[in-house]
Amino acid sequence: MKARLALTLALASLWHRKKVLALVCLTLTLSVSLLLGIQYLRTEVKQSFTSTISGTDLIIGARSGQLNLLLYTVFHIGDATNNIRWSTYQGLKQDNRLAWLIPISLGDSYRGNRVVATDENFFKHFRYGRDLPLELDEGQWFEGVFDVVLGAGVARSLAHQVGEPIVLSHGGGRTSFSNHEDTPFTVTGILAPTGTPVDQAVYISLDGMEAMHVGWESGVAIPGRTITPEQAKGRDFTPDAITAVFVGIDRQILTFRIQREINQFAGEPLSAILPGVALSELWRLMGQFERALLGITGFVVVTSLIGLIAVLLTLQSQRAHEIAVLRATGASPALIASLYILECVALALAACVMALALGMAGLALASPWLLANYGLQIELRPLTPEEWTLMALVPVAAFTVALIPAFNTWRQSRRLGFGEAADQ
Amino acid sequence: MEVSGLGFSWDPVQPRLSFPDIILKRGEHLFLHGPSGSGKSTLLSLLAGMLRPASGTVRVLGTDIHRLGAGARDQFRADHMGVIFQQFNLVPYLSTRANVTLPCGLSELRRERTEPTVEDEAERLLAALSIPADHWQRKVTRLSIGQQQRIAAARALIGAPGLILADEPTSALDADNRDRFLELLLTLAHRHSTSVLFVSHDQSLARHFDNQLELQGDRT
Repeated sequence: MKARLALTLALASLWHRKKVLALVCLTLTLSVSLLLGIQYLRTEVKQSFTSTISGTDLIIGARSGQLNLLLYTVFHIGDATNNIRWSTYQGLKQDNRLAWLIPISLGDSYRGNRVVATDENFFKHFRYGRDLPLELDEGQWFEGVFDVVLGAGVARSLAHQVGEPIVLSHGGGRTSFSNHEDTPFTVTGILAPTGTPVDQAVYISLDGMEAMHVGWESGVAIPGRTITPEQAKGRDFTPDAITAVFVGIDRQILTFRIQREINQFAGEPLSAILPGVALSELWRLMGQFERALLGITGFVVVTSLIGLIAVLLTLQSQRAHEIAVLRATGASPALIASLYILECVALALAACVMALALGMAGLALASPWLLANYGLQIELRPLTPEEWTLMALVPVAAFTVALIPAFNTWRQSRRLGFGEAADQ
Repeated sequence: MEVSGLGFSWDPVQPRLSFPDIILKRGEHLFLHGPSGSGKSTLLSLLAGMLRPASGTVRVLGTDIHRLGAGARDQFRADHMGVIFQQFNLVPYLSTRANVTLPCGLSELRRERTEPTVEDEAERLLAALSIPADHWQRKVTRLSIGQQQRIAAARALIGAPGLILADEPTSALDADNRDRFLELLLTLAHRHSTSVLFVSHDQSLARHFDNQLELQGDRT
């Protein structure tokens, strides 16, 4: 009965002071949204990051560390230490334990975006996210030697259309002075956004890569030795080497054995890595940062709770008369103190509910935009237990800080005489 | 109510304030007159069990309230005493009716004594104290002082407590309102056989009461 009275009083009192408290509640709501948002994105980004590449069981490249191999093949960061011989690649193709192979040849760029030379298997077998295949927004996958397919990010930022001719640059710089001007490529397709480094690359055939480097053996174009697209017709452009191979394995139980065999390959020094393992290792390196971010957001919530207490303590002097009335009517000091705790926790709960609504509405509105503009795939999903726990900590923290004004009031109202207001 | 040998001091160094013995039978009213500084508020605090006396006993309805623990004293006050102050009598964020029913939320006993429901009883008291029905759900801060004091009287009366402690409840009212308030309060208290202990420095109100007592403010 008294609990009900306390609850009624606390809610009525909150409503009575709604104008002042609305601002405090807004602050709290925003900080809780921030906290929840960061935690939510943390999970999403981790998910999105660790599934930058999926379905690929092994990545094979020249002998190097697994992070290095992962960085240059998947993230297009840094350069290959060495190449794989074409004959080795042909040998791997004969291995019937391997379901499919995607050859990758790197080295050139297009206005700061990597040029990836590959074949139709890339479009057919490459998977990202929750086993999502690549899709074309426009046009089709390359067929001819001088066809190019653009990643969604490249097409958007440079506003390219299907059918446009583009000139690729030699080497990896953002502004390259040696361009393959004799061999312009034609855009035949634009990939749909994936939210992975695939968006920031352009795709050509292995033949195209070879063809545009005819006459570039010394590292610069020797006039007269380069070929034109007309001359390229009918020529064989089988490369000598490729940079890396993405491999899919049917019987995944064999993965480790195949990895070991490749690592011990006698023909040339190779490395085979498990992309999932390498990605988790990379995430561990970067995870420190997002944990720090979450910590900072936690402090923001604590700060706004302290602001709430400051306001409640300020309001305390205004409540002297009502406390005198309640006391004289027979309310115990504990009941009066509990009003502060109830009010504080109720505010925190309201802030949590509003933050949840705000976050969900924000995400529902922003997620198509994020996908379209940044290729970020952030879906509305139920909260994880970890997120619920984090949110539940907010009213718990509110309860803890409310003990300050509650204890203050409890002590004062214990000594209160008949009809005396606390500030007298 | 029985008060005997009551004395109080804020700290042991200061002289002790001593109070006259009081015996008040159930249903009888007492006018307690005293100039300011005579210890009226202190006496009320002692009677309400909100301050502890240095000496003496206060028995209300047979219970020595200062033998009770702090929690039990609060509960005893909720069960058996109604209070009216000089001013600021009401909880500003509650409606008129919620202010009146407040003691019933704190005391099961007073809740049970209302007929047939707490709300009905509150409305009956408000009507008897001529608070218009359209004010019942309204915020109390919009009402006049006279109305606020009458609402406080309704709160003190609800659930028929044994004793009402009234601390100069009429000092903020004009003469007409004052007499009317007092008449209503005493009539309704009589109907519920509730004793009213009325403290005031205004000697002219004494004529409404059968029993009167002068508070001297003796310090020893």
